[in-house]
Amino acid sequence: MYAQMVTTDANRVRDISEMSDEERVFQERIDRGEKIEPTDWMPEGYRKTLIRQIGQHAHSEIVGQLPEGNWITRAPTLERKAILLAKVQDEAGHGLYLYCAAETLGVTRDELIELLHAGKMKYSSIFNYPTLTWADIGAVGWLVDGAAIMNQVPLQRTSFGPYSRAMVRICKEESFHQRQGFDIMMKMANGTPAQHRMAQDALNRFWYPSLMMFGPSDKDSVHSAQSMSWKIKINTNDELRQKFVDQTVPQAEFLGLTVPDDHLKWNEEKDGYDFSEPDWSEFFEVLKGNGPCNKERLDARIKAWDDGAWVRDGLMAHADKRAAARTAAE
Amino acid sequence: MKKEWPLWEVFIRGQHGLNHRHVGSLHAPDAEMAIRNARDVYTRRKEGVSIWVVPSALITASDPANRDALFEPATDKIYRHPSFYDIPDEVGKM
Ligand SMILES: [Fe+2]
Ligand SMILES: [Fe+2]
Repeated sequence: MYAQMVTTDANRVRDISEMSDEERVFQERIDRGEKIEPTDWMPEGYRKTLIRQIGQHAHSEIVGQLPEGNWITRAPTLERKAILLAKVQDEAGHGLYLYCAAETLGVTRDELIELLHAGKMKYSSIFNYPTLTWADIGAVGWLVDGAAIMNQVPLQRTSFGPYSRAMVRICKEESFHQRQGFDIMMKMANGTPAQHRMAQDALNRFWYPSLMMFGPSDKDSVHSAQSMSWKIKINTNDELRQKFVDQTVPQAEFLGLTVPDDHLKWNEEKDGYDFSEPDWSEFFEVLKGNGPCNKERLDARIKAWDDGAWVRDGLMAHADKRAAARTAAE
Repeated sequence: MKKEWPLWEVFIRGQHGLNHRHVGSLHAPDAEMAIRNARDVYTRRKEGVSIWVVPSALITASDPANRDALFEPATDKIYRHPSFYDIPDEVGKM
């Protein structure tokens, strides 16, 4: 997902009888569905895990602007350009909402950004794939935002108040993202044979990386179990992936496109599709930094950060000077 | 030299005459920039017609440890609610 393989520092999920009084009260509040707010007592593991998860989610929103930003100047019409610009601007907003949610946990945005740039924090694997044609912008909105929605909708109910509120805002905006992508796919799939081929090619390239977004199966993962008992993770990776496939396959059929999976088959018994797993060795290579665009993405972020430093510093110095002049005048 | 832009809390009043409501926070060097940034970050879809920004550092919050002392006394004063009183049906709407 936008946050993949987040670790929790837990070696096993402890029973309520093994917890300290504070921890038990905390866990019972979560079990009752109460929200935890920044000034409430919380276990150190909960705080640290959330910083990792929300931070990674924020980084994904920001880095995720790059593959789409790549096409803003080359969008085929002025209308498409305005739409894509609005979509990418929303993603910047998502990143900002999430950095602020993380900051309530006692870390600063600059610290998080520096950790990303130092390679000590990650962003979603999906943004290390290139957007080669205009149809890819359709596929990204349809599949990548579609997969993000699968994960973000349940996260609106997460236990941490600021994260939950950020998710509510984000979810309000995501539906536009997915629909504009599907709209592009409809145009391309129903266009000239060459456009149809581009749409199919985009689906072929983005299908498995989209399935990877949910992360490898975590049914036996201690971290997932811990995160689920803290309600900072609501569904298992496999559940969300299955839901995504079940939702997306009929949409591909509607477009007259073929999902690139020979084993894809409706399974009446489980009321869902059987499908092929993505190549997880590729996923781990991408996480390690060896995807097609890892270097390009991180370099672009670092360059933007470094090139913007004089603006940030200049505006701060100006604000300080004006504040000092005001104090002197009083 | 390096100094992070301070944090501001953002409050927006929607179109229907309701109170300004806290919507989130953001970083900005000063109040003027905070308003501009709030416009871009929090009102891209006509969410509001008025923005307040307040430096986060100036907010004083109640201590969650005092939650019971502050809010618990309200729970047993059920006579503060209209449903506490039984008014006969013959009286009509009240
Ligand atoms: Fe987003
Ligand atoms: Fe999005």
